[in-house]
Parts: sequence; structure tokens; C-alpha cells
Amino acid sequence: MNERVAIVGIGWAGFRPVTPEVSYKELMYAAAVRAYADAGVDPLRDIDSFITVAEDFHEGTSIFDEYTPDQLGAVLKPMHTIAGDGLHGLAAAYMLVRTGQFSIVAVEGHSKASNILTLPEITAYAQDPVLNRPLRLNTHFVAGLEMNRFLYDTGTSLEQCAAVTAKNRRNALDNPSAAYGADLTLAEVMDSQFLAWPLSRHQVAEHADGAIVMVLAAEETARRLTDYPVWILGAGWCSDSPSLENRDWGQAVYAHQAAGMAYRQAGIRSPQAAIDFAEVDDTYAYKELQSLEALGLVPAGSAGLLTEEGATQPDGELPVNVSGGSQGMGNLLDATGLARALEVVVQLRGEAGPRQLKDIQIGLAQSWRGVPTASGAVVILSN
Amino acid sequence: MTSNIKNFPGTSLSEQDIVDGKVFSLHDSMRADFGWDTGVAVGRYLAALKEGVILGARCRHCRKTVVPPRQVCEWCYRPMSDYVPLQDTGIVNTFSLCYVTWDVQRIKEPEIPAVIEIDGASPLHGILHKLGEINPQEVRIGMRVKAVWKPTAERIGAITDILYFRPNLEKQP
Amino acid sequence: MSKRKVAVVGAGMTRFVRRAQETGKELSWQAVRMALESCEMTMDDIEAVCLGTAPDAFDGVHMKGEYLSDGAGAWRKPYMRSYVGGGTGVFVPIQAWYHIASGLFDVCLVVAEEKMSSFYPHAQAAFLTIFDHTTERPLKPNLLWIFALEMNRYMHTYGISKADIAQVAVKNKRNAADHPCALLGDKNITVEDVLNSELLAWPVNRLDVSPVSDGAVALVLAAEHVAKRITDKPVWIEGVGWSLDTAHWTNRDLAYPRYVEYAARMAYEMAGIKEPRKEIHIVEPYDPFDYKELHHLEGLLLADRGQAPQLVADGVTLRDGDMPVCPSGGLLGVGNPIAAAGLMKIAELFWQLRGEAGARQVPGQPKRGLAQAWGDLMQVGTVVIMGR
Repeated sequence: MNERVAIVGIGWAGFRPVTPEVSYKELMYAAAVRAYADAGVDPLRDIDSFITVAEDFHEGTSIFDEYTPDQLGAVLKPMHTIAGDGLHGLAAAYMLVRTGQFSIVAVEGHSKASNILTLPEITAYAQDPVLNRPLRLNTHFVAGLEMNRFLYDTGTSLEQCAAVTAKNRRNALDNPSAAYGADLTLAEVMDSQFLAWPLSRHQVAEHADGAIVMVLAAEETARRLTDYPVWILGAGWCSDSPSLENRDWGQAVYAHQAAGMAYRQAGIRSPQAAIDFAEVDDTYAYKELQSLEALGLVPAGSAGLLTEEGATQPDGELPVNVSGGSQGMGNLLDATGLARALEVVVQLRGEAGPRQLKDIQIGLAQSWRGVPTASGAVVILSN
Repeated sequence: MTSNIKNFPGTSLSEQDIVDGKVFSLHDSMRADFGWDTGVAVGRYLAALKEGVILGARCRHCRKTVVPPRQVCEWCYRPMSDYVPLQDTGIVNTFSLCYVTWDVQRIKEPEIPAVIEIDGASPLHGILHKLGEINPQEVRIGMRVKAVWKPTAERIGAITDILYFRPNLEKQP
Repeated sequence: MSKRKVAVVGAGMTRFVRRAQETGKELSWQAVRMALESCEMTMDDIEAVCLGTAPDAFDGVHMKGEYLSDGAGAWRKPYMRSYVGGGTGVFVPIQAWYHIASGLFDVCLVVAEEKMSSFYPHAQAAFLTIFDHTTERPLKPNLLWIFALEMNRYMHTYGISKADIAQVAVKNKRNAADHPCALLGDKNITVEDVLNSELLAWPVNRLDVSPVSDGAVALVLAAEHVAKRITDKPVWIEGVGWSLDTAHWTNRDLAYPRYVEYAARMAYEMAGIKEPRKEIHIVEPYDPFDYKELHHLEGLLLADRGQAPQLVADGVTLRDGDMPVCPSGGLLGVGNPIAAAGLMKIAELFWQLRGEAGARQVPGQPKRGLAQAWGDLMQVGTVVIMGR
């Protein structure tokens, strides 16, 4: 087994609301070429296996797997698709390298959300076809239900949720790869229509197009390829009940368990002490707060207050979503988790420019698969 | 283990059980609309089809001409930016006579899908299309065919700007 | 760099039927329950779940993997769904293999489920959407086209007749008569029956094709130290391989599935197999159409190119022949719930290598078997080699 695995190359393209000048294949190619150059590898000669994450209904093509190898340099190589989030793909690549059979593995995720003309309808088709879908509700309702219960259980206020949006969109102004940077006041965030009360419009991340590719390598190879390997200390993932009728609404149990798995692998007993910064899901503003608590990065029920006090600002004790998160960069569908991991890698390498955090060793990236799922993944990285 | 088990789970239903209402069923129809960005390579391909041209791309490193064109050569991973107009004739690499439509309706006159190796592209490089103006029993692998285009005014920049391929009477072997 | 050994320790499956009353979740659960019972384990012992299922379009459920997760036993567990089209059934145990071989898990549940019957008017129509949305879909292509085109090219290239190919359908449907879960087992079917069946898309006749079906299969995989504790007959995963060819299928030679060869070589190398024709005792290649069994035997390097039909004609591939192929009855006989069909082949090898295949048992105490699946646009090969 190869116990130590590092991320040795990263590449991305797009990260804009629309990308009309390129097809999804060309977007993937742009990201891949950069990642391979960053890693100093030739995909044809050096990369042993490839993984992509995708969902058919996001692509509008069944067996989307068919259309992935050419633009990644993966033709006639071991390549597979995971119907999951980018961090599931990263975890799978991690496992492949650990088997000892593959030294270098590439992971890809992308979004062409701008090409999905009936996205709310399609998302609604993820609801249970017999029990839920006939109610004909926009799937945001699931987030509304969850947010309501979370506020009730923790005493978090609507303003504290709005503070997440304001923080992340302001952080995005320092991120050249972020599409939705803005300087919004709390009042402006609060003063938007309700989509699914208590969820308001400005607290829902807009979509963006983009592609991300990462290259992983086993320790010996990693040290040969780069002076700045970013080590994977742990990876965890978990799926809670898909059924809305059986859910624990207040807590993100999937995040808690995924994190537990990752912390155990990383040998981390006290996450609050060990984790220097985090990129967590903020598809909906309240999700950042719920995730932080589930990840054990803040005491239970305190995420809202800590956000209000500035603890999760870039200059706070626990910078969260310095990249801007999904609120600032855009919801990248299945690639969202890779966008979170991307920021962690960039930060740990010291390549984050104006938004560079100081004195950081360990970062955490977490993702959620979006409504109506209760699935997510966590990856812990260090330099 | 299978030798030990007598009863495997799974209850078989027939179409009639549903029609007769013996089981509860729910019908639903999904609206899934997409506007796929064609991008650089396929965009050029479609634009050329509108002009009545089948476009390929050449990889200088592999010395291969492929169709439809793409931005990267999958064999050497180098970018391809040499677009090459090909001829609108070719050879039937393989074909079928299909008596069932995509949504499982029986038809009397078969559709004739074929892979047509396009003249000007490297060997074995073809496109999927249909054959027409031919007796289905006379189709042969290796026969020469030529594209039949929609009138200029009706072309929109789609693969269907070619109606079908018919036998190329000028050049039979 | 030591490699962790992984074994299959339990298996279960549902019947494969044209249309099941059970939902996808229920089919998954039934298969899982049987698999757990077969090795006296419970969900508490399962550390991770890997699910394989083919296009969401069949069920009309987006993110179908999430929807099926509870039926597959994945409640509050690490769960992943992998997806390589028709190759999925043999890929999902590979995914479980890498879960365990990575050292992160010791016991993994593998589930493959398919419920194709939900799609109206017919599941086949869902395959329209596998074709390229811009360059091919406007032609309204049919799944039958792509198989018929490949079958014709294969026949033409090697001078193989429909009668040669029909022998495979006959062998497999007869073999399937001994499979308790089979949909189309028929002890008396003949080559004439196949050749006279309804012409769908020349050269494909109805009985050349495996039927759309519903069904599920589940396996339990375990790391060596656990496997030895659970059963005295673990079946080891000795080699895995997979390979994905270019999406541009019209730019390839359809007469030979080179992606199957690449996958097979990867698996043979891992298993240390130098002479596959001698060292593999049972072969379960993917047979959604009868000619595919032949095509794949050649890609697996178990027959020379164009020579697989001769093996069938000589009786080599019968259950009591030198190289039994699809003793289960394959997809042609048992049924084709896409992902579950591939996993069924792995379950078959599990039972065969333990001497538990009942009426289908290959004689002579076979020690090593190979299962292969295929999928996408005539594009992916997935191979698993198992041994006692």
C-alpha cells in the first residue's frame, strides 16, 4: 500500500456564469492541460488512472462516461466515472493510489450549469418520484425545511445566516476565479425575496460554469514531481437517509460522520485546534453554519454567533471560505467539492496572492451533494 | 450457495397487470431542455455543414485527419487547429437495416444507418449517418456513397443538413 | 509495496424479470439481505457500500444513486456509486476492491441494481440519449443501430455467418434453463429458432438480443484476515482491469474490441497470468447480443481474432468443454438488467469456484474464472479475475 498520497498538480478553467465559447469537452481540456503542466506530467505516459465525477441529468446525456477520456488524455486507460461530488472523486483517487497499483491518478469535475435550461425541473427529479415529487415543489423547499429546523435547534438568527453571504461574497472580490464578488451589506442580503422561507434569494448561491482537474501521486513520485506536495491526511464520506420522511433535519449528520472518518485517518483528536482554515459547503448560506458545527470546527450551536463576531473572516481565528465559497465563486454542481479543495491546495502552497492566509499547515475541504440529498465528503490536506 | 436456495426474491408483473389496475402506478414526464455550447471544434463543423462542407481536423504530429473535428488529438494530446475541408463522398464501413424506430415502433421500410468513412479523412475515420435512395437488399460494405444535402436555404448548421448518403454512381469499383 | 488481498465472501441476487413489482430500493435490499445471510453477516459488519446502476434515464430519477442508497444499505455509511455504462456490473466490485486494497476498509458491500421497466414506452428508447447530442442524436439513432453496425462489421471482416453466431444464443439460453433466476432459459432452443425470430435491425434478430429486465445482485467483499474468519472458501480477487476507448466510435475498427484487450492485459498482469487460455477455467464475458460473446472472447485473448465461432462450433465453450463460457446462461439466458447482469457473472464465478452452482456446476473443480463486462459506445472493458 502507498500510505502517503499528495496532490501534485491543479488546473482549472471557466468559473464564470456562462462559457459560451467552449464546449464542456474544451473546458475540461483547458483545465486538464493546466493541471498536467502544473504537475509536470504527460497524461499519456505518466498518468495511471483517471476519474471523473458527473451526473447524467446535469449533462443531458446518458452514460456521460462515454465522453470523458479524449480531452483528458485517458484514451485506452483505466478511467471511470463516479456519480458523486468532486470530493468523492478525490477520495476514490486517493484510494486508487493507496492500493499500490497506481502511482499517479487524475480527477476531474466540471459544471456547464449554463447549458441546463430546465435546471429546477431536473433537480426536482431527484426527489422521491412517488412520495415527494407529486407535490410539485421547487426543491429549494428541502433547504427551507432544513434551515428552519437548524435555526430552531441552535437559536441561529436570520442575520447570522445573511452574514455568511456577505462575508463570502466580499471574500470573492479578492479571488480572480470568483464570478460573484460583491460588497453587500447585511441589510441588502436580508432584503431579498423569500424562495422557501426562511431561505431568501440572496442566500442561495448562483450557478457557474467551470472545470477543475487535480493530479495525485504516491509519496515517492510526489516528491520527485514537486517541491510543494499537498498531502492528503484523511478522506471521509457518508450518505444519510435520502428519504425526507426519515431525516434528522437540524444536523448535517453526513458531514459529521464524513469528518469523523477523515479525522481518524489524520490522527486528529481536536479539530478545532488542528484545522487552520476550512472551505465548507455554502450552497445555501445557513449550510456554512450547519456544516461548521457538524464538522466539529466550532462548539455546537455557536457557528452563527462566531460568524457575527468575525471569527470566520480571513483575519479571524478560523478563516472559512476565503475563496468566496459557492456564494462567491458560484455553485459548480458536481465540481463544487473540487473547488473547495482547490482553494485549500492553493492556500497551502502559498499561491493565493492577495487572499493568502499566513502560517497555515492544515486545511479542510467539505462538500454536500445539494438538495434533496444528505450526502457529503470531507478531505483534510496539509503542506 | 445457489444450490441451497430454492426461492429467489423478485415478483414478476406483466404489462396487463398495470393496464388492469392490479398494481398502483404513477406516470410522469420530465421536461429536460438543454442548450449545449457547441464550442470551437464542433461549432466549426456545424458552420461548415451549413455551407455544404464536411469538415475534418488534422493532427500534424500523428499525421491523421479525423472527423468530426476536435480541439485535442486523443492520441498525442496535442491541440489540433488545422481544420481541413473533406469531400462529401465516402465508403460504407458498416451498415444495418433497421425495422424498429428509436422509440420501438415497427416500420415497414427500414432505416439504413451506416458508418461512412469520409474521403479525405484517414482510413477508418467516419461519421454516423443514414443511407437513402437505395434498395436495402443492395447495400454493401465497401460501396461508395455521396451526401445528399438539404437545399442551401434550409440548412441550419446541423448534421441533418445532410439528408442521407446515396450510392455514388460516378465511382463504383 | 505490499498489496492487500481481497476476497468475495458472500453473494445474493433476485430473479431477473421483465418487470418487477418491487421498486429499485426493494430489489437492492432483497439482494443485499441474501448476500449478508449467505455469509452470516449484518449491516453492522459492513464498513462501506459501493453501488452500480446504469442510466438514471431508466428510472426517471436524477441522482439515482442517492435515491437507491437506503435500499442498498448505505444509511449513514460511506457510499459511492460508480458508473461505466454496461461495464458497471463488473466495475463496481473493482471499486469495492480498491476500497479494501487501499487499507481504508476491511468489509465492503457491493450492489448492482437495475429497474429498466419504469421507462415508457420501452427502456430501449432511453438509449437515444447516449449518442452525441450534437453530431448524432438529431439522426434519431437507436440502440439497435450501434450493435447491428458492429455485428455486421465483425461478420464481414472475418466471414462469420449468422448461424455461427446464433450458436452462442442457443448455448446460453440452454445453460440458463439451469439458473433459478433466469428469464429466458430454454432447454430446447435451436439455431433455427434464433435465425427465424423477428428481424429487428439486420443482422440482428430478436433472439440475438438479451431482454430488458429488472433485477439486483449483491456481494460482500472482505480483506484477507476478515475473509478467512468468515468463510473457509473465500474466492480471491486476483486481478482487475479496466479501459475506456475514445468516444469517437465511428473513428475505430468495430471488428475488434481493443479496449477489452487492454483491460484484460491489465488484469492478467496483476494476477500473474501468462497463458490465459490454459489458466482461466471459466469465462463469463458480457453477452448482451450473441455476437458480443465471440467479440469479447477474442478481445480477452482467449481466441484468435475471428476464431471464436470455431471454439463454439467445436463444443469447447460448453459447460463440460475445455473452456466453459457463460455457464450461468449469460445475459442472453438469465436476463439483462444492465448493471446487475455484470455482477451476476461475478456471483456466478463465486458459486462455481466454491462448487455451489448446482445444476450449472462446471465439472473438474475449476480454480480460476474471469468475468468481463462492456459498455458505453462500444467503448469500455472491465475485467475481474477470481480464484480459489
